[in-house]
Parts: sequence; C-alpha cells; structure tokens
Amino acid sequence: MISQFFVLSQRGDHIVFRDYRGEVPKGSAEIFFRKVKFWNDDEAEEAPPVFNVDGVNYIHVKVAGLFFVVTTMVNVSPSLLLELLQRIARVTKDYLGVLNEDSLRKNFILVYELLDEVIDFGYPQTTSTEVLKSYIFNEPIMVDAGRLPPLGPAAMFMQGTKRMPGTAVTKSVVATEPGGKKREEIFVDIIERISVTFSSSGYILTSEIDGTIQMKSYLTGNPEIRLALNEDLSIGRTGSSSYDYRSSSGGGAVILDDCNFHESVHLDSFDIDRTLHLIPPDGEFAVMNYRITQEFKPPFRVTALIEEAGPSRAEVLLKIRADFSANVTANTIVVQMPVPSYTMRASFELEAGAIVGGSEHTLRAKLTFSQESHGNLTKEAGPVNMNFTIPMYNTSKLQFSVIQD
Amino acid sequence: MAPTAPTAAKSASPSQPSGKSEVADLKQQLRQLAGSRAPDADDQRRDVFKRVISCMTAGIDVSAAFGEMVLCSATSDVVLKKMCYLYVGVHARNHPDLALLTINFLQRDCHDQDPTIRGLALRSLCSLRVPNLVEYLVSPLATGLKDPSAYVRMIAAVGAAKLYHISATACLDADLPAALKALMLSDPDAQVFGLLVCWPTAGSLFKSVIGGQVVANCMHALQEIWTLEAAKSEEAAREIETLYSKPVVFYLLNRIKEFSEWAQCLVLELVSNFLPSDNNEIFDIMNLLEDRLQHANGAVVLATIKVFLHLTMSMTDVHQQVYERIKAPLLTLVGAGSPEQSYSVLCHLHLLVMRAPMLFSSDYKSFYCQFSDPSYVKKLKLEMLTAIANESNTYEIVTELCEYAGNVDVPIARESIRAVGKIALQQYDVNAIVDRLLQFLEMDKEYVTAETLVLVKDLLRKYPQWSHDCIAVVGNISSKNIQEPKGKAALIWMLGEYSQDMHDAPYILESLVENWEEEHSPEVRLHLLTAVMKCFFKRPPETQMALGATLTAGLSDTHQDVHDRALFYYRLLQYDPAVAERVVNPPKQAVSVFADTQSSEIKDRIFDEFNSLSVVYQKPSYMFTDKEHRGPFEYSEDLTNLAVGAETTENTISAQRYQESDNDLLLSTSDKEDNATATSNGSSASTYNAPSDLSGPSLLSSQIPSETSLINPGAPTYSSQSNFSLDDLLGLGVPQASAPPPAPALTLNSKPVLDPGTFQKKWGQLALSLSQECSLSPQGAALLMNPQSLIRHMQNNYIQCIASGGQPPNYKFFFYAQKDGATAFFLVECIVNTASAKAQIKVKADDGTAAEAFSTLFQSALSKFGLS
Repeated sequence: MISQFFVLSQRGDHIVFRDYRGEVPKGSAEIFFRKVKFWNDDEAEEAPPVFNVDGVNYIHVKVAGLFFVVTTMVNVSPSLLLELLQRIARVTKDYLGVLNEDSLRKNFILVYELLDEVIDFGYPQTTSTEVLKSYIFNEPIMVDAGRLPPLGPAAMFMQGTKRMPGTAVTKSVVATEPGGKKREEIFVDIIERISVTFSSSGYILTSEIDGTIQMKSYLTGNPEIRLALNEDLSIGRTGSSSYDYRSSSGGGAVILDDCNFHESVHLDSFDIDRTLHLIPPDGEFAVMNYRITQEFKPPFRVTALIEEAGPSRAEVLLKIRADFSANVTANTIVVQMPVPSYTMRASFELEAGAIVGGSEHTLRAKLTFSQESHGNLTKEAGPVNMNFTIPMYNTSKLQFSVIQD
Repeated sequence: MAPTAPTAAKSASPSQPSGKSEVADLKQQLRQLAGSRAPDADDQRRDVFKRVISCMTAGIDVSAAFGEMVLCSATSDVVLKKMCYLYVGVHARNHPDLALLTINFLQRDCHDQDPTIRGLALRSLCSLRVPNLVEYLVSPLATGLKDPSAYVRMIAAVGAAKLYHISATACLDADLPAALKALMLSDPDAQVFGLLVCWPTAGSLFKSVIGGQVVANCMHALQEIWTLEAAKSEEAAREIETLYSKPVVFYLLNRIKEFSEWAQCLVLELVSNFLPSDNNEIFDIMNLLEDRLQHANGAVVLATIKVFLHLTMSMTDVHQQVYERIKAPLLTLVGAGSPEQSYSVLCHLHLLVMRAPMLFSSDYKSFYCQFSDPSYVKKLKLEMLTAIANESNTYEIVTELCEYAGNVDVPIARESIRAVGKIALQQYDVNAIVDRLLQFLEMDKEYVTAETLVLVKDLLRKYPQWSHDCIAVVGNISSKNIQEPKGKAALIWMLGEYSQDMHDAPYILESLVENWEEEHSPEVRLHLLTAVMKCFFKRPPETQMALGATLTAGLSDTHQDVHDRALFYYRLLQYDPAVAERVVNPPKQAVSVFADTQSSEIKDRIFDEFNSLSVVYQKPSYMFTDKEHRGPFEYSEDLTNLAVGAETTENTISAQRYQESDNDLLLSTSDKEDNATATSNGSSASTYNAPSDLSGPSLLSSQIPSETSLINPGAPTYSSQSNFSLDDLLGLGVPQASAPPPAPALTLNSKPVLDPGTFQKKWGQLALSLSQECSLSPQGAALLMNPQSLIRHMQNNYIQCIASGGQPPNYKFFFYAQKDGATAFFLVECIVNTASAKAQIKVKADDGTAAEAFSTLFQSALSKFGLS
C-alpha cells in the first residue's frame, strides 16, 4: 500500500506530489530529500533506494536526474515498488516522448492524470500505456529533445545513429504527429552490457554479458509480431560441467545462462524454433533480458601501464585495440581511469574520436604528484572503465529477425 | 538544500508561482470565470486550474480558493473535471462544509452515460475523506459494484476500502464486504479470460486486464477490511481465512496469467500463505507457477520464489532443488534492471546466501563488484562474497577483495578489508589470508592500516598461534601514523597483550602516555590504561614508570569511564597486585566463534517475511512498523489444513485434582534437574528473546497477574544463585561457567481446555516467545510412525495436542498447555523430522516470562519419548 508518490528535482523541488492515503505526516518530501542529500556525509556515499525514517518507508529510483519516490507505512515488497516506479517513469516517457525535468514540469497535469489511473488508494492498478490511453485526456506538450543530454539506461536507446533517428524514438506514443498522419513504426534493438576483467597479462579473468532486447512500438491495431532468434540458441548451462559448454562454444552457438521475458511474449513455439510471439503493446519495453557467462571475444582489448618517471611523476600508457571487423565503428567512447588522489596535474595526448574495427589506439598521459608515490602506483590507479556504443554489432552474436504476418 | 519553506520553491518555472497575492489573484480570476459562457472559457479555466494545482504541488496553501474552484467545477470538460477533483480531494477534509457543494455534481456524474465519467466521479467521491458525507457514498458504491463497466467496478472495489477507513460501520452495515467477495469470485469480465484461447485479440486482452483488476481490487479491499476487523470480530478472522482457502486460491491460480503483473504479485502473496493438504497439491502449484520465474518483472519473480520456498519448507530435498532452480533467474534480475532494482534483488539473494552459502559458492564471480555499481550495491556484494567463501573459492575471492582495498572509493576499500578479515575468521586455513592482510599494512595508507589493525587484533584473538608472524609486522608500524581511534586502540591492545614478544612495547606505550592530553578518543585512552597494566605485569621494571604516569593521567581524566577505570586499577594494585594480575592478565582462551549479531530466531522471522522490506532492513517487521500498519498477511498462520487431534480431552473432573497436582510436583522436580543440565550445556540458554520483550503493550497488560503468581514460588530457591552471579561479575576467580539463572519451575494443568478456534486466534495474536531446535531420542524417532503415539505421550505430560498432520518423515503438531492454577496458555508449533530425530519448536505464551521454563519442560518431555 503506497501512501504517497512524488517526483523531486535534483534541487528538491516538488514536480508532482500525490497523497493517496493521508497517513504520512507532513513534510515527508523534505525529510526524504535531506536524507538522500546528506546520506553518510563524510563518506560521500549514495543513499540506498530503500530506507526508513521514523516509521515511514521511503523507496526511490533515480531516473533522468529526478527522484521518483513512494512512501509507505506497511511492510510491502520493495521490488514491487521499485519496479512500479520504473514503470511509472517509462509510461510517462511513452507519453511525453522525452523524460526530463523540463518535460515533466510542462506536463505535470498529465502526470497527475496518469497517477490517478496507475495507483488508486495506494494499490497499483495498470501501468500499460495501451490500457491507459482510454482514460487519459490531456494532450502531451512536447519539448525539444535535441538540446537535452540523454540520461539513464534508456539513453543508449536514444543515441542510435542512422538506422534510428533520435527524434523518432523520442516522440510520444500517443501524440498525433504534426502532419496528422501516424507513422507505423516499431524499433527493436539489442543492448548488451559487457563486464570483462583482464589480468595484467591480458588474460580474461571474468566476463559477463547482461543483454536486453528492447522494443518500442508505434504500431496501431496491435498486429502480432514474431521475433526469430538464432536457431542454435540454447538456454541454461548444465551445472558446472565445463566440458559441455566448451565444446558447444566452439561451434559458435549462443548459450544463454538464463533469460526472462515480457508479459506479452508467448513462448509456445520457442522450444521448437526459437521464435517469440508477441502482440507488442504501445510504448517501450524489454522483450527479453538475458545473461551470458560463456566465453566470448570482447570487442576491445585494453591494456594499461603506469610507470614511475621520477620521484613525483608517472606515465600512463593506455592501449585500446578494437577486436571487431573493420566495417563497423564504435562511437561515444568514454574511457575512465582513476588516478592516485594526490595527482596534481595530468597532461595527455589523444588520437581521434571514433574507433574503427581492427584499429589500435594509444593514450599517453603524464601525471604529476603532490607527494612522492609509495611505489604502489598500480594499486592506487585504475581500474580502467570504458563505455562505448557500437551500432550494428553485438558481442554475444545473438541475432533476431522480425517477421510480421 | 531542501526547500523547507514553500517560498523556496518559487519562480522555478513560470508555471510555479507562489505567495499569498498569487492565491488572491487566482481567486479573483476564478470568480470571473465561474459564470462565464464565453467560447474559450474552458481553456481559460484550464489555465487557472493548472496554476492552482501547480501552487498546491509546490506546497503553497491554496485552500482559500476552495469555494471558487467548486463554483467553476460545473463543466463537461473532462480535463477540467479531473483537475478540480484532484483539488477537492486534497482540500475537502479541511472544508467539510464546502465539500458538500461538490457532492451534488459528483453524484450526478456517478450516473453519467460514459463509464469513464462514472468511474472518475466515484473515485473522487470516495476520496473526499469527510466523515459527515458518508451517507452520500454508500449508495453510489453499491451501484458501482454492480456497474456494467468493469472500469467502474474496479474503482468501486477500492472505494469500498476507502469508505471503510472513513466509517467502518457504514461500510459493514451496507454489507459491502459480501458484495466484494461475490464480485471477486464471479466478476463477469474476469470470466471472459477463462474462455479465451491462447490467442486473445487485442480487445479481449484489454477487457480481461481490467476484469482482472476488478478481482485484484476486491482482494485488496477485502484484505484490508478484514484484517482490521479481525482484531474485533472472530467472524472477520474466519473470513480472512476463506481468502486463503483452497477454492479461492485455486480459482485465482488458474487465472494468474490474465492478471496484470501487479495483481499477479498480490495473488502470489496470497498463495504463499496457503497450506496445501498434500504434496501433490504442492507440486501442482509449483508446476503451474514455474514459468513465472521467467517473468521480466522482478516483483513477480520474487513473489513466486516466496511461494516455492514456503511450500517446500517441510520437504528438505525439494527445498534444496528450489534453491538450485531460483539461482539463475535471480542472477539475471540482478543484471537486468536499474541499480535500484538490482539492490532489492540482491538483498533477497543475500538472505538466501546466508541460509545456504554452499549453494552459491560456485557463483562467486557473479558477486564481484563492478566499477559502475553504486556503493549500496557494492556493499551487499562484499557481504555475499564473505558469506560464500569456502575452501574451494577463498583464494579467488580474497584476491579480488584485495584489488578493492586500493580502490579510490574509500568506504568500499574499507569494507573490502573488513571482508577479507571476516573470511579469515571463518576459515580454518588462514595462512595465505594472513599474509595478504599483512601486505595491506605495507600499503601505507592510513585508513587501510587502521582497518587492518582491527582485523589483525580479532585474528589474534581467534588464532593466537599466528602471533609471531603478525607481531613482527605490527611492531614496525608507528603509532603516530594512525589517527583513527579503532585502529589505534587495536594497536595498543596488541602492544599490551604481546608486550613480552614485542621488544620495545613498553617504550612505545610510554611515548603514547606522554601524549595523553592529545589523545581525543576515550576509547583509545581506556585501551591505553589496560595495555600499560598488562605490560606492567609482564615486564615490571621497564613499565613501572609508565604505569605511574598512566594512572596519574587517568585519575585526572575528565572522561568518567577513563577516570573510573584508572581508579579501579589503582585500588586493585593497592589491595593486592596478585589479584590485579589475575584480573588484567588472566590466562586467555582463543575465541572460537565471535558472537553472531543476530539470533537465528530473528533470521527465521525475516525469512518468513521474504519479499518484503524486512529483507532490505534485515529486521523483522515488528521492529520498524506500527501495529496498525502491519501487512495483511502478518498473523496468518493457518491451522485449517491439519487434522484436529483425534483424542480431545474430556472436561476436568475436580476429584482427581489433588492427586494430580502431586504428580505435577514430582514432575517439576525432575524437570529442575533437566533444567540444570540443559543450561550448563549453555547452548540453548541464550534464547531469551527480543520478541517477547517487544511484543507490544496489549500483551503486557493481560499477563501481569499470571506473572506474579509464577515468580513468587520459585524465587526463594534461587536467591543463593544470584549471589554467585554477583560475585562473578567482579571477576574474582569464581570458576563458574556463565550460566544464566535457571528458569522458575513450572507445573502444568493436567486437563486444560482450549477449543481449536480459540487456539487459532491466540496463535494469530501472540508474538513468538521463542523458537528452538531440539532432538528426539533415536528410539522415539523410530517409534513415531504416526502422530498419535507422540500425542499420547505428550498428553501424559499434560501437554495437549490440538492439531497434527504430515507424512513421514515430517510431522507437524500444534500443542497447548496451561500453567497450573492460572489462565495463561502455552501454544507450541512442533515440526518433527524423524529422519534426523530433530524437532523445531515455536512457543507462544500468554505469559512470555514463563515461555523459557515451559520450553524446557516441553523439550524434556519430548526427549523422553520412546524411552519408557
């Protein structure tokens, strides 16, 4: 049972505030904001998404730099509330096209309207954009997406290149287009988050892929869609018998450790032909999430070398080799490497932005320290973290084709 | 900074104005628009309404405009209506008179052609929260529950719960719960989906979602109403049980896929409270729900897991299989969602990992911290790595943790070091880990050194054999480099404890004493006092000077504890240095296990509350919720599916009374012996539990008479005992194990009478006094082919069975007993596993103070089963 729902800006302003049960004392939003801002102040830690102050439970998620918060007095399922908050954010995004402080402020009446249908007396009702359409009467006021930096996990989805113009995916699911005609479109994308740990000798210590097949549908009339995945896809590694998976990975088959599916997916023929049947509901959703720990070839090899170059100087050599074919290009690459806290100055030279497959890039940086280092530089610098987008490429070799009847 | 005053939020955007003048301005504009029939009047009203709601959101008091808002609300524009209802809903409570003005048009809208308008009006009507308007609510609600549109019924169902909160009697008098129940079990649109073939059309899918929501809202409302009513009426308590009954549960389960994911969670929560009658039912349910584990919504998956775990509690093998089965879906959820979602899933994984570390020990790589994880996720992962470390994976885990120790994220670096230490404390082969820990000391980072010192100290307390290696390294650390009190205190402790092995210990201590004034932490000063004392007894000539200086400094210390300890040492030395040495430097035994911070009873409680906030807070719900806000499932242990004990006792015949109370006396003396043996073993003695202390004021009031009657007879017997423990407190060489005083003797009424209904009610109301595991004699376990034999045996011990059930090797019994000459009952749930000859008992008592004594009596009776 949810007592209140509110959205706060980064500065703590109320953007929407809805009390469903009138049981939480006044000032809860301020209490929440102060708690989050000054959580364990001296250690600069982030507040956990769930905490209790004076008997009131505060559950929040951060989306697009905003706090989506619910309060409750009872012992409910935290996952339910966190999922619900994410879903509210997504439904709002479906309606507004772009989710940020500006769009929310412009459309707060619409958001109130949504909230009335999504939660009643603290009980979750429906979060399906499809169903909600019949009960929502406000028209979204669109904001310009272009100048706003995309935020949050769904941001990747918006950054796409040629194939997926930014404006297309940031348009509202419900709003009528200026021309009056609605384009029948559906966007399907595979997004994979790769975690790989290399040893200093370049050997892979751990590797894991968390992947999602994202869909955003603008289709009218709810036609049935079939998504055919790799035919040799198999699910579930048989326990710890490593023989088993080594032999099959040699064949290039994709082996998922595990996966889960969206409500609308029917798996009737999945075991036979690896096809997902679904009637995509309006808006954005994850068709399938999967996890792979099978060995794979990481798209990049990163080697970092840090060497002392005098008593209070060091040199960093960062090498990045792109291990994918030359006809794809990686962009929006961010490489981060923490340096010792007593570093005063860093100067570096960098080669060009985008990385073409097969190429190798080097970054040299000179560090100047305020004190003498203790000969333990490797422990105090790093690890190197890299964010990138490679359109039309995925590490797991998971593929799909969309078939529409 | 948080905007504490509403004015702080002003002028954030043009749509967020503020201030009194603004409200006055809005009132003015509203008044002008009230009667306007201009073609663009609605648009203008929209604008003004928007500004009013914007002010309301910012926290500005706009209630002054209530009258004007109501005047403007007579409109056919839905968007306007919605804004107006939102406003009225927020402010009606403070303006009950003006709220009456809105009733008229709300009631009219309740009969509108359009179901959307009807629903909207009904929802707003019920949200007014004005007690004296209740009379206007009842009839629209009753009509709403029968409305042809599922949307309206869905809203009416929640409306009934709203009405209950405004006026319980109005809700019950109108018989709304009965209507809700009927609707829940036979909603016409909910039936639609029963007939759907596997390919629903979009339209029917839509209809079924709303239909499912009608059912779900009925459930929500009924649960809320009946849970609150159950405290007052038995009828409601019974009604709540019908929610968990087989027909209802199976009705809902068969339709689960047609519910929205949120409603599915509700159904699953309900099912987790259902007690199936046999194993086939359990397997049916699990097979049916198997695919819910593949749901993308983490809440659905966790709710399903709760069902699986609870259903298989008594089937050890299947329970293990469930763990294996749920591992992969949980790990996928961790990777799939936002960090917040992973956090909640990880909390649940953590709980499972703590219960079954072995099961997750091969998945340790899944719990490695990722660079981008927020600190709350990293912390949990570290705890999990600590829990699952065993012989096979320790090397890899510790290697990984050592990487984090140099991390730029200082709190995580600290946690990682602590994790390494914890792993060292739980392993037998600590050789390699000690080396790593000692390497931390060489990193020469202050916080790393401080954390490591604390760990080395704990390690030495457990493995004194490592002292030589550690002392060699610790001896090289300059105390000047350590500022953190905890680390400094640990170093000083080691200096004192191992002063015979550390060459310059007396001199280091001496230099520390010289800086007494600059030492800000009393903790460090206390340790310094003790360390110097210890050192003195080991190396008197070198330390004598320092000791004098320390005691002088200590005696003039402003901190009370430091002063007192210094004075105590001083007097002790004055009295007899030999005694002082026994106090300060007694022969020490290695600590085998450091005290667990949480009792197993609390852990079980948290596990019972799987998929709730308890798991995140690692506290059972009674510790953080008010009684009135406990969830609907809190007290829902169910007895209905157990066969009522075949041999119910006849009513008491008073003629036999005397003789039997003689028997009671005999029994109680033999029990005293049992008591003594049990407590000297020490293991079971530690369970004077928090719950009985915290179980709430309502319990306390009822138990006062019985408490006094119970303690008085027993008190004289133990007075000598309590003297002992006082001596012991001073630590003056009384070589006695720290046994808590045995519980007072207890005699039981030979023929207590308690009917199943009352039992069930009591079981629901009372808090758990204690829960323990005890064992049966092997003969007894072999003899337990059916429940009856044990029931008869316990009856001879004046413990009556009210219900029993189960299949070999697992049996479940509910027993009760009554203290002789008092009204207080003891209720016991006893789960016996004959294969392991173990029994899990949970005791609830009217008189919590006697629960311990009763439990001892019960266990002794149980352990004698099969021996006579």
